[in-house]
Amino acid sequence: MLTYLLKRLTSLVISLLVASLVIFLVVEVAPGDPASFMLGLNAQPDTVAALRAELGLDVPKFARYFAWLSGMISGDFGMSYTYRTPVAQMIADRFWVSMPLALMALALSTLIAFPAGLFAAARRGSAGDMGVMGATQLGVAIPNFWFAMMLVLVFAINLRWFSAGGFPGWDDPLLALKALTLPAIALALPQAAILTRVMRSALLDILGEDFMRTARAKGLSARQAIWRHGLRNALIPVLTIIGLQFSFLLAGAIIIEQVFFLPGLGRLVFQAITQRDLIVVESVVMLLVFAVIVVNFAVDLAYAAVDPRLRART
Amino acid sequence: MKRLNLGALAAISICAGAAVHAAQTDITVAMQLEPPHLDPTSAAAGAIDSVLYSNVFEGLTRFDADGAVIPGLASDWEISEDGLTYTFHLQEGVTFHDGTEFEASDVKFSLDRARAEDSTNAQKALFESIDSVEVVDPLTVRVTLSQPIGALLFNLAWGDAVIVAPESIDEIKSRPIGTGAFKFVNWVQGDRIEMQRNTDYWGDAPALETATFRFISDPSAAFASVMAEDVDAFVGFPAPENLPQFEADPRFQVLVGSTEGETILAMNNKQPPFDNPLVREAVAHAIDRQAIIDGAMFGLGTPIGTHFAPHNPDYVDLIDLSNYDLEKSRQLLAEAGMADGFTTTLKLPPPSYARRGGEIIAAQLREVGIQTEITNLEWAQWLEEVFRGKNFGLSIVSHTEPMDIGIYARPDYYFQYGKPEFAAIMETLNAETDPDARSALLKDAQRLISEDHVNGYLFQLAFPTIANAKIEGLWKNQPTQATDLTGVRWTE
Repeated sequence: MLTYLLKRLTSLVISLLVASLVIFLVVEVAPGDPASFMLGLNAQPDTVAALRAELGLDVPKFARYFAWLSGMISGDFGMSYTYRTPVAQMIADRFWVSMPLALMALALSTLIAFPAGLFAAARRGSAGDMGVMGATQLGVAIPNFWFAMMLVLVFAINLRWFSAGGFPGWDDPLLALKALTLPAIALALPQAAILTRVMRSALLDILGEDFMRTARAKGLSARQAIWRHGLRNALIPVLTIIGLQFSFLLAGAIIIEQVFFLPGLGRLVFQAITQRDLIVVESVVMLLVFAVIVVNFAVDLAYAAVDPRLRART
Repeated sequence: MKRLNLGALAAISICAGAAVHAAQTDITVAMQLEPPHLDPTSAAAGAIDSVLYSNVFEGLTRFDADGAVIPGLASDWEISEDGLTYTFHLQEGVTFHDGTEFEASDVKFSLDRARAEDSTNAQKALFESIDSVEVVDPLTVRVTLSQPIGALLFNLAWGDAVIVAPESIDEIKSRPIGTGAFKFVNWVQGDRIEMQRNTDYWGDAPALETATFRFISDPSAAFASVMAEDVDAFVGFPAPENLPQFEADPRFQVLVGSTEGETILAMNNKQPPFDNPLVREAVAHAIDRQAIIDGAMFGLGTPIGTHFAPHNPDYVDLIDLSNYDLEKSRQLLAEAGMADGFTTTLKLPPPSYARRGGEIIAAQLREVGIQTEITNLEWAQWLEEVFRGKNFGLSIVSHTEPMDIGIYARPDYYFQYGKPEFAAIMETLNAETDPDARSALLKDAQRLISEDHVNGYLFQLAFPTIANAKIEGLWKNQPTQATDLTGVRWTE
């Protein structure tokens, strides 16, 4: 188990280093200068030069990369070019919107997908199964931003139960949760649809296995067999998908954040890219890469937890 | 007994409701773009002025809702005979939001900072002719110019010329300290900026007690936020196609005002074939302005024939010089030796006027045989490629700075006109202080660029605002980018 852990950790660190270099290069190579963006159409060349110096953009790229990297290791992400506030603080603020939103959406999609997948697998071919499968087809097909707009139309504009968007902050947790409800639903449903399908097919695969027949033969009912032996074995593909989904929800909520004008990480990156706030783009993308890699690491550990063979093999 | 209680309760709550209603003194105003930071004196971003101009920061002079220049922190002034010395008398009893007194030294500091060697003021040219700023006494400032500039009082009204407190500079980008009727309270980045009435304000106290600015960039989200009444007003509403729906709804009022944004089809005057005036004229005659306004802006926008705002008293209607006339356009192309047309690039920045307008213009130019390769660019790319690199044939941009016809005097400006005759007019204008002579010069300037067909002149950008029907006092027009809340109130 320890070697397994160590191996995983080494590959984690290497991935992060490679990612940081790629991100830095890609962002810095993109055309556009933050200083001329800030100063607009009437600025004089000497003013732009003065701002570039003030922002530290006249330092060679190589030196900037190492400053950024070493800063990050000590938790200092530098100063945003446009906002002129510490990037770490900005990311932290946004993180407290994106992270709870991703968790809520993930919880919601799992809560829907597990029972729905179990139900459909247990009643394979029945009208119920067809119904669930039809619904998931629809869920996969509907783009989440359209679904989000429909939610706004019904629950914010017509029924006035929720506000159309925005985030009041965590001072009042109930209000904050309420503000995240519609976005979380919009994010969760398509994910739930995918997860349900994966859950169902994984269970069906397992149901055909010999050990399941043995379980039935020793007297367990179909339901008991699924609960005791099927579920655990079906979890590996499901965990993989959940891991992927969490990364997607954290980084990919950008459109939903636009629709509900939530001050989350996705919107921060979007704004930073248009304003060429390079250091913010680099840092947020790096953080997201970090999150994805860590989540995958956690999923790897979870595999090991549900499948003892993985531990033994390494 | 129970029923009685309930009745009493209902009565109380109705009274309370009415009381709250009568006294509504808070407002939530939404706009599309969030300011990058909060220092109007070191960035071009209009969003900064949209939030802070007149509300938090004030200059010596200021624009009123109609664009006239009126006294601000300077109550009056004298101009010397030779037009070189301006003596400003400052308002008495003005304090900054941090409690320090506003004095002549603050004016000197602000103006010196803006024109300094290492200044990062986006409009540094406004202060170019200032030779020195002297403190005469705490309430008097003398500004000496190296050459007379007729537009000094106008220039000082810009958001880039507001007076800042010296001790606040270090933190100005996140904690602005001004002299205005509202104090900055809080900024939740990505979401909102909050302000509160300045109880020590030197001028008329505003009716509003608190104001919140929210930033909603997505047009459909903007629509939803207004419909759900999450916001009380949306200034610069980004979805013009929805305006009829709001107009029909008694809950809302729709104001369509004008801006200082001349939207032009920029032509690269140094790049063939646009270095040939005949070709530029041919392009100008191939454009159907109304079709662009209707198609790209849902009917919002005033056609223009030169680079000047139509609501300005000095505006000359020169649309006839470049009226929509395909026959003439083809004839001009033939004269230029390009009867079969040509192929050029059309590089478009993100706003919808450019992206949607670009498609329509491409189709219109095709009618006379001009093929365009459309490239969509982000702003940062556009600045790099078109604005600085001058690597383009055609582009569409709205020039939103007020009174910016002077850009045509700069030979290195991206459309590369810079005709010496034009520069000469601008030079005379800068030194001229007599209003009639200025007006005549401005008209000459408009004519010259229109006759030379420097760019295709499309339309003046409109400014739609949607507000709760009970709000009054919002600016309809945008003589400068501003959301002046000092005169805004709820009618019930």
